[in-house]
Amino acid sequence: MSNESGMQFGIFSVGDITTDPTTGVTPTEHERLKAMITIAKHAEEVGLDVYAAGEHHNPPFANSSPTTLLAMIAAQTEKIILSTATTLITTNDPVKIAEDFALLQNITDGRVDLTLGRGNTGPVYPWFGKDIRQGINLAIENYALLHRLWTEEVVDWKGHFRTPLQGFTATPRPLDGIAPFVWHGSIRSTEIAEQAAYYGDGFFANHIFWPASHTAQMVQLYRERFEHYGHGKAHQAYVGLGGQVFMAKNSQDAVRQFRPYFDNAPVYGHGPSLEDFTAQTPLTVGSPQEVIDRTLGFRGYVGDYQRQLFLMDHAGLPLKTVLEQLDLLGSEVVPVLRREFAIGRPADVPDAPTHANQVARAAEATPAVSSADPAAVPALR
Amino acid sequence: MSAAPSGLPAKRIAVVSAGLSQPSSTRLLADRLAEATTRGLASLGESADVEVIELRDLAHDITDNLLTGFPSPALEAAIAAVTSADGVIAVSPVFTASYSGLFKSFFDVVDKDSLAGTPVLIGATAGSPRHSLVLDLALRPLFAYLRSVVVPLGVFAASEDWGSGDETTTTLPDRVARAGEQLADLVAGHTTRRPGAFDADAVVPFEEQLRRLSAE
Repeated sequence: MSNESGMQFGIFSVGDITTDPTTGVTPTEHERLKAMITIAKHAEEVGLDVYAAGEHHNPPFANSSPTTLLAMIAAQTEKIILSTATTLITTNDPVKIAEDFALLQNITDGRVDLTLGRGNTGPVYPWFGKDIRQGINLAIENYALLHRLWTEEVVDWKGHFRTPLQGFTATPRPLDGIAPFVWHGSIRSTEIAEQAAYYGDGFFANHIFWPASHTAQMVQLYRERFEHYGHGKAHQAYVGLGGQVFMAKNSQDAVRQFRPYFDNAPVYGHGPSLEDFTAQTPLTVGSPQEVIDRTLGFRGYVGDYQRQLFLMDHAGLPLKTVLEQLDLLGSEVVPVLRREFAIGRPADVPDAPTHANQVARAAEATPAVSSADPAAVPALR
Repeated sequence: MSAAPSGLPAKRIAVVSAGLSQPSSTRLLADRLAEATTRGLASLGESADVEVIELRDLAHDITDNLLTGFPSPALEAAIAAVTSADGVIAVSPVFTASYSGLFKSFFDVVDKDSLAGTPVLIGATAGSPRHSLVLDLALRPLFAYLRSVVVPLGVFAASEDWGSGDETTTTLPDRVARAGEQLADLVAGHTTRRPGAFDADAVVPFEEQLRRLSAE
């Protein structure tokens, strides 16, 4: 990774199957899934560091099994880190998450991390036998178990939301004894920022659907609590941000090409104008230079951070367009971002997490430090 | 910000008017209720800062918020004015047997906990007195859901109320004055304090969250 800034740049995919509003063409599930693999491979080719895929269990999405998809991508790539956006910590069995991702981590030589989230589709809870009113509690208890399954060899456990475990060992064990790095994703729940801070894990702010001031407050809260729990100074916490861009060599072309996709997009389509949404959220539609300037501005309100992922393949954009967007991102934007983000970055801000640097970090940690780890508190035995 | 003779900070009154025409009798009623409340507070030695929110000006922003999940800066400021107010005056025209859709949509994008405990004076206007129960059948339940303290007397003004009455009947100005006094009484004894969602002391510490789950 050419990584002078210590940051990772990549893309995250919701995986929506949306009709192209300019042609009326809707990809099949098969076409969309294959396109996601092509996009992920191209992300590596253009020099990006991370590809993250969402998890959904209802149409119009096809990516219900992220580790299956990521394993296929891993088999056809060399370096890119494979992640999720997000893995549903509420409705998946934490035992299965522990197993699936540890296995993926082993077979990819550590090229795996994951972002935990609660999802955005209410009926997923009852479909998986869960109660949506317990959303936050499920996120808290399930992760408490997942964390133990990855850090403790033999687990005795009892909780509210699954059968107890007696003498259970999740297999395979995490590669080199180091669990995949975990980001906790949230748009608006301060409890999740608190959870990320408590464990000293990363916090990933969706960032793209809400005003920057909101993200700034969430990240600030996470940083303060990260320091409170003794994992380091606030500016040493692990922060990831979403972003959403559409580029053309000149700005007017970008706006003209993207507007029909924006106007009909899932989530915000048929609502505010492209201009209002661009002003009110981090969406940037314009030249590569405009994307560079806007993205560099994120640091002004979240501090020096570790991971920047862009949403690129959504709203019915055809595969060819997405691949061209990746070309621009990889050749004209990210190299400049790596250089510019490195300027003025304090030496004690940690690099973005990789398996190698997490192994090294664990080796440096003294036993005294690890026994003071608040995440080791036996809260749920 | 003005201050009362007592030196206390002025009570903040937010007035929400959902009238669509300009001029609008809904706004007229809202202004008269605000004046009456200000007079009522003055008689109690308190001063009032009144801020009027015309929902017509925010109609597009409210719809956008329903679709995107977040408010525009202008709407965010209006919501903050209402949720941080010490008292609220909420007035809607009657459309199709209820409050207007715009009025409801505004309160749909206000957080459901953010008016709990706030004194609210309700008012409605219509072309015919046959709609007068809208106050008690539509507006009062809405603010009951939001756990606001609704002033016992709501004020309904049909078109004819603006030009009727004599010494022997209770007129619209009488009802406005009494309602304003009732809101003033409630507001005088109430100060709204809402910690921001991101204030560190508003966050439940994680150990506490875990403890709640582990306690059988």
